[in-house]
Amino acid sequence: MKAKIGTNLEKVLQAGHFAVTVEVGPPRGGNPEVIKKKAGILRGIADAYNVTDNQTAVVRMSSLAGAKILYDEGLEPVMQMTVRDRNRLALQSDLLGAWALGIRNCLCLSGDHQKAGAGGKLKGHPGAKNVYDLDSVQLISVLKGLRDEGFQLSGDSVEQPVPFFIGAAWTPLSPPEDFRVLRLAKKIEAGADFIQTQAVFDVQRFKQAVEKAHEMGLTEKTAILAGIIVPRSAGMLKYMNNNVPGVEVPKELIHRLREAKDVQDEAFKVSVELIESVRSIPGIKGVHLQAIEAEEILPSIVEKAKLLPRPKI
Amino acid sequence: MIIGEWKPISEIIAKLLGYKKLLVVGCATCMAECAAGGEKEVETLAPLLKMAMQKNGQPIDIITKTLERQCEEEFIEELTPMAPKVEVIISIACGIGVQAVAERFPEIEVYPGVNTTSLAVREEPGLWAARCEACGDCILSETFGLCPIARCAKGLLNGPCGGTRKDGKCEVNEEVDCVWDLIVERARARGRLKDLLKIRKAKEWSNSRHGGPKRMLREDLRV
Repeated sequence: MKAKIGTNLEKVLQAGHFAVTVEVGPPRGGNPEVIKKKAGILRGIADAYNVTDNQTAVVRMSSLAGAKILYDEGLEPVMQMTVRDRNRLALQSDLLGAWALGIRNCLCLSGDHQKAGAGGKLKGHPGAKNVYDLDSVQLISVLKGLRDEGFQLSGDSVEQPVPFFIGAAWTPLSPPEDFRVLRLAKKIEAGADFIQTQAVFDVQRFKQAVEKAHEMGLTEKTAILAGIIVPRSAGMLKYMNNNVPGVEVPKELIHRLREAKDVQDEAFKVSVELIESVRSIPGIKGVHLQAIEAEEILPSIVEKAKLLPRPKI
Repeated sequence: MIIGEWKPISEIIAKLLGYKKLLVVGCATCMAECAAGGEKEVETLAPLLKMAMQKNGQPIDIITKTLERQCEEEFIEELTPMAPKVEVIISIACGIGVQAVAERFPEIEVYPGVNTTSLAVREEPGLWAARCEACGDCILSETFGLCPIARCAKGLLNGPCGGTRKDGKCEVNEEVDCVWDLIVERARARGRLKDLLKIRKAKEWSNSRHGGPKRMLREDLRV
């Protein structure tokens, strides 16, 4: 990592600590208190907090606004930015605006297609016009240009560099599997300083994918944070295994939750075990935790996984 | 070819209320090939409309004609003797044909009977699939002859998103192949997977409709 942005996440990673990031989903309304409440619950358990960008293609408070609210609460945000809804003008303009407001970490994503609509649970906006003016790799390049060259995509100057700590996603277990590590390499070449992966449940297969990245020297060029989704039930795991591309859940794990006397307690144990197992994989520099709309469970998981207190740098 | 599909009959009927004389015009080119607007479909649609209008208590006289190519002036001229006899025209050509007829007969209402959907090939009998978006900046030479603009739901240029299903289908439609999975497969078969490592820069969209309505001028062909 050559970047010197000075974000907490960057400093934690550069100091060699095992990093923790946590996902904060913004509300479907405009009430800032929802984010503030989550900030209160999650304060101190992570090095940075991702704010999702209309995840599952459902309209929510913008990630920029959510990130700013977290920032004002004293939590370091990672603004997620998808290329689904904004063209290159809007993306760059929002990046400049975010930077002006103090946001310094940005995760570049393709975004769920507008037909996703929360897996059919909500209406969403399936009739929306498809933007995808840029793809996620090109968005990474845009951030790198703003930071390292002081130029917009067009080549116009931004007067002074706009440095972000640049993040990207990696879904190692989606087909075509042998290309996934090459796509990771492209994102790193484009400028990704850190990577947050698709949720890991099949640690063995994930480990094999990371080994490939490790052999290619990619784990030295970027900091890979393994994605962990806190499971809630066997049904949820089965659903994700069948319906969320890139998420592979071993049958034994689904069975384990199905047979558990206390599902919540077992899910808690599973989460801690997952964190511990990915932590032991060479080249994994941290975890990205997601407890979808159940963030209150995260502090105890992070504590149990012996990741507290978070380093102060 | 250009492909399209019939609008719901109810939508067409709603446009016909109050009219007594209708011309249904087909096109024997693309819309005939995709079984939406050729002679066969014209002769199927016309009686359906007649019956529906009759049932509504609004009987309508219908004449029919299928042109060789509804997008070209010389073929459209064949409608000249018929046009004065009708109050309304339903065209089941593509959107180009509809507009060409409307332009030739500005005094008559011309309505589309088809939704034009894509530039496509017939993959199997009764199955058509998109192949081209007319983006104005063809990159097929770099994607092993498979178009990610038309065939990737997100038009991605640097490889597949995380949404490829286990069976290689697209997250948006379980019947549609992830085109990037196909591109990678073809690259692999040719021993050229590394070609896909090149970062493709942001696409130039200005030679498509994003740069304003397209106009192509060939001085050498002008008279």
